[in-house]
Amino acid sequence: MAAPLCLLFRHSRAAWLFALIASGTALVISILLLQQVLATGLISYALGGWQAPWGIEYRIDTLNAFLLLIISSLSTVVLLAADTSISKEIPKEKHSLFYVLYLLSLTGMLGIVATGDAFNVFVFLEISSLSAYALIALGSDRRALWASYQYLIMGTIGATFILIGIGLMYQMTGTLNMHDLSNRLPEVAQTRTVFTAFAFVIVGVCLKLALFPLHLWLPNAYAYAPSIVTAFFAATATKVAIYLLIRFTYSVFGFSFSFTALPLQLLFVVLGVLGIFVASSAAIYQSNVKHLFAYSSIAQIGYMIVGFSISTVAGLTATLLHLFNHALMKGALFLALAAVMHRIGSVQLSALKGLGREMPLTMAAIVAGGLSLIGVPLTVGFVSKWYLVLALLENGWWPVAMLILLGSLLAIVYVWRIVEVAYFQPRVGPGELSKDSVREAPLAFLVPIWLLVIANVYFGIDTRLSVEVAQTASESLFGLSQ
Amino acid sequence: MNMSLETMLLLCMLLPLVAIVGIVGLGHKPNWRETVTISTCLALIYLVVNLYQGLADGEIIRLFLWEIFPGLQLSFVVEPLGMLFALIASFLWLITTIYAIGYMRSHNEINQTRFYVCFAIAIGAVMGVAFAENLFTLFIFYEVLTLSTYPLVTHAGTDKAKAGGRIYLGILLSTSIVFLLLAIISTWFVAGTLDFKPGGVFAPDVDTTVAGAILLLFIFGIGKAAIMPFHRWLPAAMVAPTPVSALLHAVAVVKAGVFTVLKVCVFIFGIDLLAVLPTTQFLLYLAGFSVLFASLIAMRQDNLKARLAYSTISQLGYITIGALLATSAGVVGSSMHIATHAVGKITLFFCAGAILVAAHKSNISEMRGLGRKMPITMLAFFIASLSIIGLPPTAGTWSKWFLLMGTIETEQWILMTILMLSSLLNIAYLLPIPYHAFFSDDNKQGSGEGVGEGVGEGIKEAPLPALIALSITTVACVALFIYPQPVYELATAVMENSRINYAD
Repeated sequence: MAAPLCLLFRHSRAAWLFALIASGTALVISILLLQQVLATGLISYALGGWQAPWGIEYRIDTLNAFLLLIISSLSTVVLLAADTSISKEIPKEKHSLFYVLYLLSLTGMLGIVATGDAFNVFVFLEISSLSAYALIALGSDRRALWASYQYLIMGTIGATFILIGIGLMYQMTGTLNMHDLSNRLPEVAQTRTVFTAFAFVIVGVCLKLALFPLHLWLPNAYAYAPSIVTAFFAATATKVAIYLLIRFTYSVFGFSFSFTALPLQLLFVVLGVLGIFVASSAAIYQSNVKHLFAYSSIAQIGYMIVGFSISTVAGLTATLLHLFNHALMKGALFLALAAVMHRIGSVQLSALKGLGREMPLTMAAIVAGGLSLIGVPLTVGFVSKWYLVLALLENGWWPVAMLILLGSLLAIVYVWRIVEVAYFQPRVGPGELSKDSVREAPLAFLVPIWLLVIANVYFGIDTRLSVEVAQTASESLFGLSQ
Repeated sequence: MNMSLETMLLLCMLLPLVAIVGIVGLGHKPNWRETVTISTCLALIYLVVNLYQGLADGEIIRLFLWEIFPGLQLSFVVEPLGMLFALIASFLWLITTIYAIGYMRSHNEINQTRFYVCFAIAIGAVMGVAFAENLFTLFIFYEVLTLSTYPLVTHAGTDKAKAGGRIYLGILLSTSIVFLLLAIISTWFVAGTLDFKPGGVFAPDVDTTVAGAILLLFIFGIGKAAIMPFHRWLPAAMVAPTPVSALLHAVAVVKAGVFTVLKVCVFIFGIDLLAVLPTTQFLLYLAGFSVLFASLIAMRQDNLKARLAYSTISQLGYITIGALLATSAGVVGSSMHIATHAVGKITLFFCAGAILVAAHKSNISEMRGLGRKMPITMLAFFIASLSIIGLPPTAGTWSKWFLLMGTIETEQWILMTILMLSSLLNIAYLLPIPYHAFFSDDNKQGSGEGVGEGVGEGIKEAPLPALIALSITTVACVALFIYPQPVYELATAVMENSRINYAD
């Protein structure tokens, strides 16, 4: 059943259309997978015919299937706009390179999510990361190189940590299959080696997911990468890392071990809340809108981590929901920014002056996405917030719930800075940008942007799909670990 | 027409949205655009009146749209309090629109299409608030209302408007997200339901400390009710064009706030539980403080609209007090005060706007002698002032009467004194305006520039649509005194409803 991944391995000099077809196929397959998983439960596919635990196994449960769906759908939607967007931002001869990297990166992410083998996780992680570094370096701004380098260093450290952790686990148990690991680890759970392995894996993953205070690579990487890459990564990359965190703590190490071995709960809740506040406050002071939303991403990761740290079914449901919802919001926001970039060549806050009039549909999408970030009812952001606060209350964590809601006030501030600039300041073209040169974004942007915006509203009103899946996934994780 | 009442209920919310299409589509033809708005108003009134008759016939009109989360539905029901609110809102929307046409045109305001669009969304949201069957639905429309009125507040687009809008949105969104949402989720968590039920949703053995804390969250969270620490948005919103101020202060926003307070007090907590909560007394005094202090500030304002804004804060305190008193007289008084204050205050704002349009004056000190130039406006101002103060023969008399009864019944002597005192203050800050307008000379002492003879001669009455609008509301002020039955019946029905079912 992991066949879609194999399809993506073909490094042809594929152009946009091929990439789109590939991504679209992945999407269709992940929808089918999700349906099947919901209907029958676990799906397992042994790569190369070697049965687990010896061979590499692809193992799909509700959690993976959900993630696969998120990644492949966002990737497809983003690709819709890719052709138009990169035509201005990336030199012509590098276009095919771009698509190859994009597909590689997609493959890596899908692979990480789909695989049931710990070492295989590392392999796919490297595939997606290496292609990500290259993608970021494609950015037209020279600072993209530096940003990519930063990311490279941090990402490699993270990957190495994960590798060390996996190695230690292998040493203790003699297996790399996740399912097998989870059976064998409890026997040796009280040894120091396992603690060390656990610590390495957690830190490594946290680096990848840009948990505060390990987030430093993210803002620049997002800001200077080509816009389309930013949209893709913002919607997917950190989600994969969160998936790894959940997978390792719940499935591999087991719930009881994970939350007793280290003061993980306390640590994560503090870091999560701090992340929300520090990153949101930082977002308020950014003058580059991409930076602004990058910091907001870090804050949103804080929300997910807080949900994760509650370590109840409700908390985990909230996290998974927010994974999905945040992917929708940020996808829409960064795509809209890509459209702005395409039209006026800058995403500085000051360049957005008066754009509400010139590009009404694009700016309306940014407002809608922003409202969703704030968590206004009828948007997905509200759904996640509702579940998160409910989960916190269930656990009796009143102060944290209060802090979470206070944190979303900061979101109002930074979203409204954009709104005020875009709608209340007259458009003064700096030199060559005369008044008529700015038009509404081309259809290639508008369609995917509004697809995502509509999804934002639709899943904010009809939450059956997302809530049900998130709930099943988190219940099954707890079922696994107890 | 053979429309079922359920369909009508749905249409109440949809109609304003449908109208938007027409308004935008005809944006470049002002006359047609206004025709669309007005016919929507009329249709809405028709629908609401039909619903009212349905309610009077004892029918239960309920509309279920869909479930957002398991157990949380987007659903609507017609009940007396909501009916009262919807009646006032739809009726005053029509009048405000008539007024707005005159005001906006003679002021040559920009972006009139956007203005009418936001107005329509806001009214749709108000209908949603009025007919919400549960707290969740109410919250959604409450937020929609906040967001749709933001562009109205910042209509002028100047720095001042932006700053005002920032305060407006900041306070309303913050309180609703931090306190109200938390209160709602807590209620959901403690009581397991968010439906408005007569007698409240909490179990009889609920921990009063927890419920008290939730009540605090609610009262602070409903920023639209403008209880004292969170009142700043209302004066800030004064930068808006006058029809908007009229809408905000009399029809939509603040009334949605106190309406929510009433709903929460009567249908979430139930007045019996409310009476024993430890925080109720504190909140009562807070509201009392709000009443008194806002009146005092109002006295010191020279800008007419600012004075009216603080007066509104004070009057909203009355309604909150009535709701928190937890007696039937209090709730009846509050419900009626929603109606009577609405017509009174909207008249005052219409007058303020008329003065601005016709005489270009916004400060009270400049209005001496204006009564002879604008007799109708100033007469309307006088009558509406009487209504706000609560003197016969105007509508305000009744609601104040019931509110006072409520304080006496519960032996809240301090609050009673506050209410009386505040009424005196009302006299002190409202009546001098028409008095000076009629009986003082318009030439100021000292320099006469700006108010010289030539300029003074030029002042005429306000444009006709504005005059018509403010005359209608003035008549309503008086009519509701002579014939308060419909309002009174609806208000008492609120209580009967909760009583009867509570006994089961």
